[in-house]
Amino acid sequence: MKIKNILITFVSAIALLFSTSVVSFAKVVGDKIILGAAISLTGKYSSNGVHTQNGYNMAVDRINSMGGVKVGGKTYKFDIIYYDDESNPKRAAQLAERLISQDKVEFMLGPYSSGLTKAIAPVTEKYGVPMVEANGASRSLFTKGYKYLFAVLAPANLYLDVAIRTAVELNGGKGVRIAQAFEQDAFSQDVRLGILDAAKETGSEIIIDDKLPKELNDMAATLVKVKQMKPDVLVVSGHTKGALTAIRQISEMKVDVPMLAMTHCDAAKLSKQHGKNSQYALCASQWHKTLTYKDDFFKDGMTYAADFEKEFGYDPPYQSAESSAALLVFKDAFERANTFDQKKVRDALAATNMQTFYGNIKFAPGGQNVDKPMVLFQVMCDDAGKCENKVVAPLKWASAELIHPVPKWSER
Amino acid sequence: MDFLVFQYPMITVQACLDGLLLGILFALIAYGMALQWGVMNIINIAQGDLVILGGYIAYFMYLYGIHPAWGVIVSPIIMYFVGIAIYKLVINKVVDRDLFISILATFGISILFMQLMNFAFGADVVLANSGYGTTMLFDNNVVLPNSKIFSAFISIVFAICLVVYMKRSKLGRAIRATAQNARAAKILGVDTEKVYAATFGINAALCGVAGALISITFTIHPYMGLPYTIRSFMIVIVAGLGNLPGVAMSGMGLGIFEEFADYILGTEFRIGSVFLLLVLILVYRRFKLSRKREYLK
Repeated sequence: MKIKNILITFVSAIALLFSTSVVSFAKVVGDKIILGAAISLTGKYSSNGVHTQNGYNMAVDRINSMGGVKVGGKTYKFDIIYYDDESNPKRAAQLAERLISQDKVEFMLGPYSSGLTKAIAPVTEKYGVPMVEANGASRSLFTKGYKYLFAVLAPANLYLDVAIRTAVELNGGKGVRIAQAFEQDAFSQDVRLGILDAAKETGSEIIIDDKLPKELNDMAATLVKVKQMKPDVLVVSGHTKGALTAIRQISEMKVDVPMLAMTHCDAAKLSKQHGKNSQYALCASQWHKTLTYKDDFFKDGMTYAADFEKEFGYDPPYQSAESSAALLVFKDAFERANTFDQKKVRDALAATNMQTFYGNIKFAPGGQNVDKPMVLFQVMCDDAGKCENKVVAPLKWASAELIHPVPKWSER
Repeated sequence: MDFLVFQYPMITVQACLDGLLLGILFALIAYGMALQWGVMNIINIAQGDLVILGGYIAYFMYLYGIHPAWGVIVSPIIMYFVGIAIYKLVINKVVDRDLFISILATFGISILFMQLMNFAFGADVVLANSGYGTTMLFDNNVVLPNSKIFSAFISIVFAICLVVYMKRSKLGRAIRATAQNARAAKILGVDTEKVYAATFGINAALCGVAGALISITFTIHPYMGLPYTIRSFMIVIVAGLGNLPGVAMSGMGLGIFEEFADYILGTEFRIGSVFLLLVLILVYRRFKLSRKREYLK
């Protein structure tokens, strides 16, 4: 019995020693560059967390199979340590600490959502760990003076201002009357700020300005007001539940509004869950597969979408595409820095100027990507009820013409 | 503050009707809570999560091409057995303990259910489309989605069935006897263990019906249960236990209150206003009680 106990102690001591010794060299082990990421694999963000993880994994496999990363004449491969942050900002910050101080990770990838990125950014900043993130768009992330935070996506305040500008343009340059309803979270409130700016610049008037609760599943009151006040544009942003609730109630209450603009339509699988009722909705998107950006790894959007579908069995939402792009940015920066020194990699990241299948990437001093406009797509359905998202703005990438004003419910 | 609701009479009518239809649905959930609170002296924090689980049953029927309205029949049947299972596993161990233990236990069940639903069904917001269309009243100025009318109608049907069942059936009488005095009922030969299990099952079944209706009318999500728990708690607090007309009235009252709070204070305070009302009512009750000195301090 005694011998057995001693044996167990001995074996576990060796195991412990072995595990710590592996982990403590985690930055670059052999030919591997190890990145750390806390991602929401459970909890309320888990579906988008999984999209993010799939995007990361797809890019890691692709880059590794196409020759890896060349630094100092040697070829390295990417590897990612994932932890589940349970969609909880506190947990995310703890995990970032753990990745950096225990696992000795020296480069990080971002989590999903602005809220969690906000929780992690102070930690990576404290340790001087460069983080490329692909899913935190809140403007407040880029006004704090973070030096080690880089976002491949356009900031939240740019999500829907294209819609307002388009509406004004179609109104002959005159201001429009806007009704808006936004959830009370960092992201949606930033989208709201963008609308306020656009309204001010175009001389538009905001006639309804509602805030939606976190537990939102009924926005009938807002829609009744819209029915009475007849605005030119209705803007809704409340993640997937906002998009789904809005379409359900707009179609049930037969609310006629010339332009309906939203966020998170593709994450909400609007056209699948609502079919023809979602027709004509305008949606802000970071990316769409029909855009014609190119790179050497994924070729272009269409090829990326086809490869992604083959691997994961569904059409990639933009959350996956931008996550894949984050890895391309890291690879490019490592090769230009030609070292694993964090400071030099950080400087190389700051000097990034490249095109990926996801879009052009060039960081402003605040860390946001300023070289990639948002696109708007419109849900369009054929007579058989099959719906598709088609890019309608900006005109450069438009694959269909914007249908405006939206036909009345009585005429559909 | 926004008083648009009073400026247009049609909005007032709309708010009242919306609130009424919503309130009837709330009352159904609250009735289940009142029933098991009265019989077993348990405040079920997992009430809202049972509702959401019921909603997912209807949603899955919808996914497999069955009309989600059938969910109001299938969902309570499944949920009844889920309720019995929860009772056998957890509730029967806390049923005689004090309220605090039962609140903790059901709180635990609530967290477990949320995570399990998230694990099993994913964190996406989902809904089931009934395709019921819309009713327009007053020259198209008031719109009522037929799904809301359907929910209210079904809720009323189930409430009436339950009342009749409680009055007429043997089990119903046993439940009422246990609620009045569990010990006396036991002495007179009522198997209270069975009664408790059935009560919890019936409560879960009611939640199942309500959940199916919510998936047809609104949206469901693994973490959306708590507001339904709070609302039913609130309704029961106002109406008292074992008082079905009271539950129905206070349910409808709450529905209308919520709608008006939504218009006047803004949608962001909709659920907040329910919490506020709850606090006010509790404070008022305590105040009233302490004046009457009905309980020992």
